[in-house]
Amino acid sequence: MELNGGSVVAMIGKDCVAIASDLRLGNQSVGVASNFEKVFPVNDKLYYGIPGLASDVYTLREHLRFRVNMYRMKEEREITPKTFTHLVSSTLYEKRFGPFFVEPVVAGIPSPTPLDPHPRPFISTMDTIGCITTPKDFAVAGTAADKLYGVAEGLWEPDLEPEDLFETISQTLLNAVDRDALSGWGVVVHLITADKVVTRTLRARMD
Amino acid sequence: MECSFGITGKDYVLIAADTSAGRSIVRMKSDENKIKTLGPHLAMAYGGEPGDTNNFAEYIERNLRLYHIRNHFPLLPPSASAWIRRTLAESIRSRKPYAVNLLLGGYDTTTDLPHLYWIDYLGTKAIVPYAAHGMGVYVSLSTMDKWWYEGMDKREGIEVLKKCVDEVEKRLTVALKFNCILIDKNGIHKIDLSEQDPIAKVEASPEETAVEAPNPPIEVGA
Repeated sequence: MELNGGSVVAMIGKDCVAIASDLRLGNQSVGVASNFEKVFPVNDKLYYGIPGLASDVYTLREHLRFRVNMYRMKEEREITPKTFTHLVSSTLYEKRFGPFFVEPVVAGIPSPTPLDPHPRPFISTMDTIGCITTPKDFAVAGTAADKLYGVAEGLWEPDLEPEDLFETISQTLLNAVDRDALSGWGVVVHLITADKVVTRTLRARMD
Repeated sequence: MECSFGITGKDYVLIAADTSAGRSIVRMKSDENKIKTLGPHLAMAYGGEPGDTNNFAEYIERNLRLYHIRNHFPLLPPSASAWIRRTLAESIRSRKPYAVNLLLGGYDTTTDLPHLYWIDYLGTKAIVPYAAHGMGVYVSLSTMDKWWYEGMDKREGIEVLKKCVDEVEKRLTVALKFNCILIDKNGIHKIDLSEQDPIAKVEASPEETAVEAPNPPIEVGA
């Protein structure tokens, strides 16, 4: 975690979720790249972020892409956020005694089904060995996690509209990473609503 | 005390690596080539644990050669970087990991774009416009931050590289010599950084400066 740095945050709004990450890739205190995204899409309503050891970020991302594709082909349907969370969790627990050094955050909106015509937005987070937490408000992870908790606790409120949620998550991440030496160097935000995903790259402090 | 640089420009990649080999404060060799050509438009500068470095570089070289023979087309830089990264990522969790850091540079002949990858022994991969490995990181990254800009031509790229080498000479206690190559659409060329205008030689006689590719074309069904 403290080798490469990086942080991810996800928040729930009214019929929307947002997930954001910083863009820094470092080697301890030396900044190497400012284009290292830690949030990846699963489908057009489900994203996940994996801050942590950059080597494992790549490895896990490739592995999950493979497992989601297999799921899609076998089941002939898209994976739901809840199922995907358990997929990530069991993938991490497989390496219980030699874990991936990552703390994933999942954010998505489930598709309506006959059983559940009005699904609620979903976020979840895990530790390095796949222990799941499903908060009702926000999820944070990475080297600025402690700062993110503080700012998010102060700014987040229930039932934010998409544009308000975007402002809240952006300010939360921007201000939290400014107090963390290992995170920052740019921010990317994904705002997920039922019909579209808006991705914005924010101007941030580059020091 | 190892040091290597990579810089991308408009239509080329420059890679430079020091030429010393030794242990702690003793230099045993001052003409060690630490840049390996991996294909007609792909090369890497490598460093790390002596022994691991050459062994790993040859393993990569021969596997990329095998791909070229099987497919009659070399692995493109983005794909090569993904394969090399995975090899290192699998190695780091094995009983005997390779301790090798590398800068992979290549020219994608299908899109006409230069590529540079910063890869370390953990399997960390960064896609970067300019990068450094070794002790040079601490003095030359800031030099590149200041002077590098998007779409530099070849002479401007050489100037930035020379500034980095000068900075290393000025700030590091050891004196280092540098090996340098340039990769563009015509292939890989040797660059002599001590010359006033090394690019002139490349432009005047591309054949003379060309680095021999480890993957000569194969006649199929001739």
